[in-house]
Amino acid sequence: MTLPDAPTTYGAEVERLEIELLLEGIYRHYGFDFRSYAYASLKRRLWKRIHADGLSTVSALQERVLHDAQVMERLLLDLSVNVTAMYRDPTFYRAFREKAVPLLRTYPFVRLWHAGCSTGEEVFSMAILLEEEGLYERARIYATDINELVLRQAKTGIFPLEKMQDYTQSYVRAGGKRSFSEYYTAGYDGAIFNTSLLRNVVFAQHNLVTDRSFAEFNVILCRNVMIYFDRELQNRVHGLFYSSLSNFGLLALGSKESIRFTGYEDRYEPLDATEKIYRRIG
Amino acid sequence: MEPALVVVGASAGGLRALQLLVAGLSTDWPMALAIVQHRSRESQALCELLQDVSALPVTEVNDKEEIAVGQVYLAPPDYHLLVEDEHFFSLSVDAPERWSRPSIDVLFESAADAFGDRAVGVVLTGANSDGAGGLRRIVDQGGQAVVQDPATAEVRVMPEAARRAVPEACVLPLEAIPGHLANLRGRNRVPCVGGLR
Ligand SMILES: C[S@@+](CC[C@H](N)C(=O)[O-])C[C@H]1O[C@@H](n2cnc3c(N)ncnc32)[C@H](O)[C@@H]1O
Repeated sequence: MTLPDAPTTYGAEVERLEIELLLEGIYRHYGFDFRSYAYASLKRRLWKRIHADGLSTVSALQERVLHDAQVMERLLLDLSVNVTAMYRDPTFYRAFREKAVPLLRTYPFVRLWHAGCSTGEEVFSMAILLEEEGLYERARIYATDINELVLRQAKTGIFPLEKMQDYTQSYVRAGGKRSFSEYYTAGYDGAIFNTSLLRNVVFAQHNLVTDRSFAEFNVILCRNVMIYFDRELQNRVHGLFYSSLSNFGLLALGSKESIRFTGYEDRYEPLDATEKIYRRIG
Repeated sequence: MEPALVVVGASAGGLRALQLLVAGLSTDWPMALAIVQHRSRESQALCELLQDVSALPVTEVNDKEEIAVGQVYLAPPDYHLLVEDEHFFSLSVDAPERWSRPSIDVLFESAADAFGDRAVGVVLTGANSDGAGGLRRIVDQGGQAVVQDPATAEVRVMPEAARRAVPEACVLPLEAIPGHLANLRGRNRVPCVGGLR
């Protein structure tokens, strides 16, 4: 049995040193800053890559990464964990429909930011929701991710056909008002979503660690992205979100992410505490 | 005293075993307990079912939550639960491991790395071999291992795999495990009494 971890003869201190050197090297050479990512899962992903490539030390991986941009590209895919789904957590979307949409209706124009949108499932889910609520015409969605490859995938609007049954169930539980199959046609490559759903969406590469705020938003959604950051980095990114939100703007986190462990708790009030939807109050 | 952590893995048949286990712990227990129970994405009830029988508070972990003694922590459905260096948990949605998310190995291996000889791993009933590798790692890093006697398990595959991977584990009938855990104090070794070894 191979463990996706260091062999136990591999000292923890040397391992840490090598990982820090690798991350420093990646940052200085490629500009991707993983130095403040949560260590336990990052380490796990690194060892998986090391074993898959038939290597035995972190330093050996470093050597390859620094000399071969393609190795970096693949490692970026490993480290950025692009797992996502349409209507992941249907109860969240239901709460958004019932509690956030009425607030947004009072605005003449709504700007939303999906930070860490991955391959776009979340963006399509939201576009459909806003369309059904009659809000889409006055909405603009900015969808960003660190990883250009996933953004390219998102723009195609093509998703695996075999997931549609699952997504249809989630869509219904999320309070969907039509028949989910109205939004896509089954094609040879997969389920091809109606690209008019993207007419008010702007995709762009943006790194939450190193890039700045680029607009003022009424809603920021950042779900299951900051779980990969350590506490200090989470705080910094919360600072970025706070300064990018309009007054009374909404912040939506993943269902197991709490604002309680950050320095920003008292700048927000819960709109729905269980679904982690918060409202900026000052 | 430095904090110490007991990690528990359960799969098929786990509910009854977990209830019995947490029911045996009292409020002055000086350890923290973290549980991975394989379950479907939708199942929310486990936390309440355990709280009903537990004197200790039972919660589903939020990302970056601090590990406190006298608490029972549960991996939320559809997330891996990991231990960061000694102080807190983190969650991830990385791909399932051995078809499981949460995965017992992921919790156990990170607990072994973060807590060393202050980690205790417990493998209960189940129908796969998740947890065996993680339990091995806990022992290799100086921690302690407990395995439910397969004869007392609703499904014996998982404890059998754990016992094969960690022959030196303390094998106990389910009924004896809460008492064994209740005697734990930090890194101190608890003799394996009432077991098969
Ligand atoms: C697990 S996915 C979450 C996708 C989606 N928000 C959801 O909840 O289903 C995490 C995403 O965060 C992105 N990400 C990781 N680090 C980032 C960073 N520093 N800046 C921007 N995006 C990042 C990854 O590329 C990945 O697509």
